[in-house]
Amino acid sequence: MNARSRTIFEFIVERALFLCAAGSILVTAGIILVLVWESAAFLRDVPLSEFLFGTVWTPLFYDKHFGVLPLVAGTLLASAIAMVVALPAGLLIAIYLSEYAPSTLRRVVRPVLEVLAGVPTVVYGYFALQFVTPLLQSFVPGLAGFNALSPGIVMGIMILPLVSSLSEDALRSVPNGLREGAYALGATRLQTSLRVVVPAAFSGISAATVLAASRAIGETMIVAIAAGQQPRLTLDPRVPVETMTAYIVQVSLGDTPAGTLEYRTIFAVGMLLFLSTFILNLISNWLRERFREEYA
Amino acid sequence: MNPIPDPDLSTPLLKRIGDRLLASFGLLVTLLALVALGALIYDVARDGAGRLSWQFLTSYPSRRAADAGILPALAGSLFVISLTALIAVPLGVSAAIHLEEYGGRGRLSRLIEINISNLAGVPSIIYGLLGLGLFVRIMGMERSVLAGASTLALLALPVIILATREALRAVPKTLREASYALGATRWQTIWHQVLPAAFPGILTGLILALSRAVGETAPLITIGALTYVPFVPTDVWSPFTVLPIQIFNWVSRPQASFGENAAAGIVVLLGFLLAMNAVAIVLRDRFHRRAG
Repeated sequence: MNARSRTIFEFIVERALFLCAAGSILVTAGIILVLVWESAAFLRDVPLSEFLFGTVWTPLFYDKHFGVLPLVAGTLLASAIAMVVALPAGLLIAIYLSEYAPSTLRRVVRPVLEVLAGVPTVVYGYFALQFVTPLLQSFVPGLAGFNALSPGIVMGIMILPLVSSLSEDALRSVPNGLREGAYALGATRLQTSLRVVVPAAFSGISAATVLAASRAIGETMIVAIAAGQQPRLTLDPRVPVETMTAYIVQVSLGDTPAGTLEYRTIFAVGMLLFLSTFILNLISNWLRERFREEYA
Repeated sequence: MNPIPDPDLSTPLLKRIGDRLLASFGLLVTLLALVALGALIYDVARDGAGRLSWQFLTSYPSRRAADAGILPALAGSLFVISLTALIAVPLGVSAAIHLEEYGGRGRLSRLIEINISNLAGVPSIIYGLLGLGLFVRIMGMERSVLAGASTLALLALPVIILATREALRAVPKTLREASYALGATRWQTIWHQVLPAAFPGILTGLILALSRAVGETAPLITIGALTYVPFVPTDVWSPFTVLPIQIFNWVSRPQASFGENAAAGIVVLLGFLLAMNAVAIVLRDRFHRRAG
């Protein structure tokens, strides 16, 4: 190749690669367009206030009501249970691995925890329904076969590695000088960890927490399998509930013709889900950026 | 500098107790997490072992649990994931090369980067809604293998891009500089030096991203993949099912015998994922040895 054709070739390659990178913006645009388009059609039939503040969700019944609050409550309940499991446990594991554990143990534990994160969610769903629910029923009185408690706990196990590994990264990136300073003042390892290192890594840990919450809200198969499909406005973790994601699965399994109001409900619910996780992800990114600035 | 003396030795007993407590508690919770993984694997293996057989792998689904098998689901999973790789890998690796090797500090590059990290956090079921609206309805692909693979490709794309960039970043700058010093152009440098050096890392990232896609259920249910498929998909326009959907279908039935089928299906799915990861490790090692 002579110099001129080489320059042209280089230019073409660069443009082609650029198109691939820019294509990712089209994916986001596609998501937003599809969701907005169908949600707008939905909102022409159902007023926004009824959708957001209505307390009865029965779009598949003869007597239709489109209040999304029961689905939101189900989602929040299951996610909150997951966070109650994942946050303390994940944080404790992170502090232990980063500040206490011998590095050999750390090298073994981290990959195993990553396996936990790589298990397909349908497998967790099976685990919740067939193992955790019967186990819980032996000591939780009145626990139904489908409930928010069991999938919530299993979801907590699923997001645990996310919380622990991101928090551990945050703890480890706290400069050693801070630890040495605390030790020099006579602090014990516990005091150093809890009063110096954890506060210093606070925004990194919060970023991990928010990301985990976003993952829990968007998680689908565990709740679709083990939480039941009854939209119910309740905070009782023992009875069947339905989350936003499980509703989308329920409608998708049936034969709902395109263009009907029932069909559009899944996009309206999807829009709400997308917005909630999007906002949480933005907050998480912002927190992480802040953390990076502090120790860059 | 001297190592920091262990502060435990110089503090009174009471303070040391707190330390011990946290250390033992931390170890306990860590072990609990590992026990949860063990319980999951044990539970599935115990329930499913009885149903695993050659007949199970080579039969079509059936109304009678004992006769049912996973052939169409297994074939569907293989077909869909191959097509997904075919679509997502070239796109994702190209995008990553652009962002890592050409990416300027411009506003557009920055926007693309933020966009990709946001896409990685979008719940998988939202990709299902995108696939349903875009591929199934607007582009008229129906509930085909192609629609499923396209949806999973979009889902895997941000993961592939992030992993590939990580692998490219690990290639030392000196390698590129040496190549430029010999008069190579940018693309020659990337093609002949950077990509081979980053290959093991890229491969690992690709396999991790694809094994995540193999386990995905929700987006494929959302685009309307069938739950009962008594045939093996023959071309990209065929209707299809995949292993996770077959498992989901069996889990949601009340009869215990179908629960056993689900467990056996899970064993196959986990075995499939394990094999993919083993291949990744072997390939990476072989490549390391040749390069090193």
